[in-house]
Amino acid sequence: MKNIEFRTATSVQGGLVVMGGVPGVASGSRVQLRDHAGRLRSGLVIRASDDAVLVEVFEGTDELDIERTWVRFLDEPFKLPLSRDIMGRVFNGSGLPRDGRPPIISADRRDVNGEPLNPAARAYPREFIQTGISAIDGMNSLTRGQKLPIFSGGGLPHNRVAAQIVRQAKLLGEEAAEFVVVFAAFGASHADARFFQESFEESGVLNKVVMFLNLADEPVIERLLTPRAALTAAEYLAFDLDYHVLVVMTDMTAYAEALREVAVLRGDVPARKGYPGYLYSDLAEIYERAGRIKNRRGSITMIPVLSMPSDDITHPIPDLTGYITEGQIVLGRELANQGVYPPVTVLPSLSRLMKDGVGKNFTREDHPHVASQLFASYAKALEVRGLAAIIGAEELSDADRRTLEFAEAFERRFIGQGEDEDRSIHETLNLAWDLLSMLPADALIRVSEDELAKYHKGAA
Amino acid sequence: MGKILEINGPLVKLELPQTVIGEQVRVGRMGLIGEVIGRDGDTALAQLYEDTTGLRPGEEAHGLGWPLSVELGPGLLGAIFDGVQRPLQAVWEQSGDRIARGVAVPSLPRDKAWHFVPDPARHGGSVLAGGDVLGSVQETESILHRILTPPLIQGELLELAPEGDYTLEEAIGRVRLADGRIEKLHLFHRWPVRTPRPFRQRDHAVAPLITGQRILDTFYPLLKGGKAAIPGPFGAGKTMLQQQIARWCNTEIVIYVGCGERGNELTDVLESMPELKDPHTGRPLMERTLLVANTSNMPVVAREASIYVGITLAEYFRDQGYDVVMVADSTSRWAEALREVAGRLGQMPVEEGYPAYLGSRLASFYERAGRVETFAGDHGSVTLIGAVSPPGGDFSEPVTSHTKEIIQTFWALSKELADARHYPSVDWLESFSGYVSSAAKWWAQAVDPNWESARAEALDLLAASEELQRIVNLVGVEALSSEQRWTLEAAGLIKEGLLQQSAIDEVDSFASPEKQYALLAALLEIYRQGMKLVKLGAPARRLIQMPLLAQARRWKSQHSSDDLAALKAKIAAIPDAFEPMLQEYTPASSAPREATP
Ligand SMILES: Nc1ncnc2c1ncn2[C@@H]1O[C@H](COP(=O)(O)OP(=O)(O)OP(=O)(O)O)[C@@H](O)[C@H]1O
Ligand SMILES: [Mg+2]
Repeated sequence: MKNIEFRTATSVQGGLVVMGGVPGVASGSRVQLRDHAGRLRSGLVIRASDDAVLVEVFEGTDELDIERTWVRFLDEPFKLPLSRDIMGRVFNGSGLPRDGRPPIISADRRDVNGEPLNPAARAYPREFIQTGISAIDGMNSLTRGQKLPIFSGGGLPHNRVAAQIVRQAKLLGEEAAEFVVVFAAFGASHADARFFQESFEESGVLNKVVMFLNLADEPVIERLLTPRAALTAAEYLAFDLDYHVLVVMTDMTAYAEALREVAVLRGDVPARKGYPGYLYSDLAEIYERAGRIKNRRGSITMIPVLSMPSDDITHPIPDLTGYITEGQIVLGRELANQGVYPPVTVLPSLSRLMKDGVGKNFTREDHPHVASQLFASYAKALEVRGLAAIIGAEELSDADRRTLEFAEAFERRFIGQGEDEDRSIHETLNLAWDLLSMLPADALIRVSEDELAKYHKGAA
Repeated sequence: MGKILEINGPLVKLELPQTVIGEQVRVGRMGLIGEVIGRDGDTALAQLYEDTTGLRPGEEAHGLGWPLSVELGPGLLGAIFDGVQRPLQAVWEQSGDRIARGVAVPSLPRDKAWHFVPDPARHGGSVLAGGDVLGSVQETESILHRILTPPLIQGELLELAPEGDYTLEEAIGRVRLADGRIEKLHLFHRWPVRTPRPFRQRDHAVAPLITGQRILDTFYPLLKGGKAAIPGPFGAGKTMLQQQIARWCNTEIVIYVGCGERGNELTDVLESMPELKDPHTGRPLMERTLLVANTSNMPVVAREASIYVGITLAEYFRDQGYDVVMVADSTSRWAEALREVAGRLGQMPVEEGYPAYLGSRLASFYERAGRVETFAGDHGSVTLIGAVSPPGGDFSEPVTSHTKEIIQTFWALSKELADARHYPSVDWLESFSGYVSSAAKWWAQAVDPNWESARAEALDLLAASEELQRIVNLVGVEALSSEQRWTLEAAGLIKEGLLQQSAIDEVDSFASPEKQYALLAALLEIYRQGMKLVKLGAPARRLIQMPLLAQARRWKSQHSSDDLAALKAKIAAIPDAFEPMLQEYTPASSAPREATP
């Protein structure tokens, strides 16, 4: 069947081609289409019966016609060839080279959809990754095997933050990063792609990076494949070749929009804001590919970047992402406008795996308490700031005024740091204590009395 | 024997005459399993529990003759099953890290022999009815697995095996049914998951479920056999709260259903439970726990089934006379799976794409909770606790609002509290419990007769402080009277010293009812002592500076539930802290001041 070209299209419309009279076509199998000009496109069988086969075309159906479209059913799902040689290479969204070098030839070709990891086979992530960024390490720390997205918005420096994490991430006690990087961009601008490429180049890791790029002006449907191809490569690097893989993906919003576009074409029932009801499961198929596996050395740590439409965290894309990932780092416009970099809005940020990867045997014994105290004190301080805006700062009590100063210093000195500043976790925690020492010891009940005695600098 | 006509995602159209809705089917060369959800003449519509990639029209399909059922018998405890009860540990050993399609592994191990002790009351010739106890197997050190007669069996017991070791394959008895047929009995039987297991009669729920979580037990109690929901936006703490309940609650069996949630959360339970001890029995928690997992990356169709698999397992242990708690994380994912199926069947959506029967499906699911008298004359219960994940954290959405009408205890999680890392982020104003008066009887008897009034006093204080906080936010704290300021301060004390409870602090993670009440009474005592002083004219400003207030906020994590003597000593010393000020503000002329109790 692989070698037969069928010319039995009965309809062509909106990215979908219906083929008549091709019996026995496997569901989910790959398709190659040739148009009247001889150009090749690829597609996927999304519905199959003996009378009609529905094919989704990645490059879209523009300029295809019924009479002059030849279709071959390749009889296998979408597969990515894998070998060590993928390192340092740049591919397009469906895994073909876009760096002018020869394609990867390998007998090891894997279905990009992957197969669900058995929960009994997972190993729980517990190793603290130091990113050198205080707002992350101190309060929302990342562990090896975690999926921790950056929630951002147009014009915010999410790319710079992601690049800084890639540059600086290492385990405690490690000299330099032991990561290899899989970078996937879908719907990203050429400028964004170039920014990352240059950043990898500058830090000299380019030969340890695999890139999958589907840029803003490239086929939309291919975006559905791009993260899957990238993660297939990541799984191979992590679980076959024992690498610790850091996967950076941008922008999940472009992905979800592509999914919506296709869902509308297919006529699926929309749930919220026109997104299909299966957006949650579809995103989960991607995000859940992060993790660690028992008896395997490598790991996949995932940092998806997502721009929140209208800065709205309750929009279905960030909302469903937050329901799947193990926390989120939220960037905020307010801090960014005040010139704070990285503008991490700490209160809605969260790392769910932090509780198991910091503290006594991992970072420092006071870490969990200090983090909790910073959250509590800063939340309190923001309340006071709100109050001051109403009644005027003059009307505040001395204690409240100190709290305000704390908030100010916390934003400038703790959250704010240089783009090349790589703080050790000890520096981060010591800095936290400098700031907490601006508050009276009595107000710090999330840290223990012993810790207060040891680290609090105030004359309590 | 039939064949595939069309494949459309997880939905497969089959030529399969004479099938019935709900029948299990095996489809295609890979032998994928699914169930029939629609029929039209000789064609049937089936949804498959596994990914359908690679299936072709024309491949064969056949009906298996039974609905989705679970195996019930020894080997359940400590195991982890997928949404259609495949044993994931065994699947891992057989097919590797990734769940391969078409794997067929029996739910319960067939090669393992169990030591069966027959019930002395049963012997050849005796009358046997469904639910009767045939004997028992000591499955784990803490759990005696009672071997039950399958519910629909009725007849004469011809023979029952003597004490000895038997595998699930071996018959342990024979029974002659009313129609003369002879049926073999085994250590296990099957039951269809969508049919509630029968019992003799429903009973009143009487005892509270003790979870060790203060905001739950003391403020919004749940009874054994009751139903509760935990709604909250992402990251608010639903999973942590359910895991806390699974760890510390005082039931004999815990069923943890991960429905469309994260793989790592199940790994966390699998890795941590064997290390933790049941505070009520001292045994490793894994001995009483079993997991059902359809994680978010596993096929959606099995997600819908997983909840029913979980509840059927829960009912089975209830029928053995046990108290069982089932936590389901998250019922929203189950509802979404339902929505997907409905969408594919072309059923008319009513709200946000959900079918009209969402409410009734939810209600009949929760209806399977309850305390019952079993056929064997014991009492058992199933307590159901469902997490709800409302899109955008909006509680007015269909799943949350329907659930709210069905359950009795509502633990509403708040984003604001979670953002400030006040955990558990149970909102003390939004939450409710319909079980307070029943729970009060237990608390009065087991802990302290004043429980109900102390609880009410604390809640009043919290409500009052909410009012006051609104004023402060408008005009500043200076606008408050001393009494009001003290009320605000005392409410803060209750929030931080009592309601807030860290799951990751070893001491604070679990609080016995005695500890819960001791803390509650202590903080109220501080409030009253202070109020007395304020009424005598002491300025709240001075009271607020008392070191006692910071100290009392730490008591919860300084004294474990087994060591309440030291805590009680501190509590007894509360009046001493107020003594100097009391002397100062008591008018010199007045009568001798009250003796400190
Ligand atoms: N009782 C608690 N004690 C300490 N930390 C907590 C507690 N509850 C929640 N947390 C913190 O909040 C994080 C998020 O909680 P959790 O994963 O339970 O949220 P969730 O409501 O289940 O979110 P989702 O809907 O996305 O699954 C946890 O990882 C933990 O860090
Ligand atoms: Mg959760």
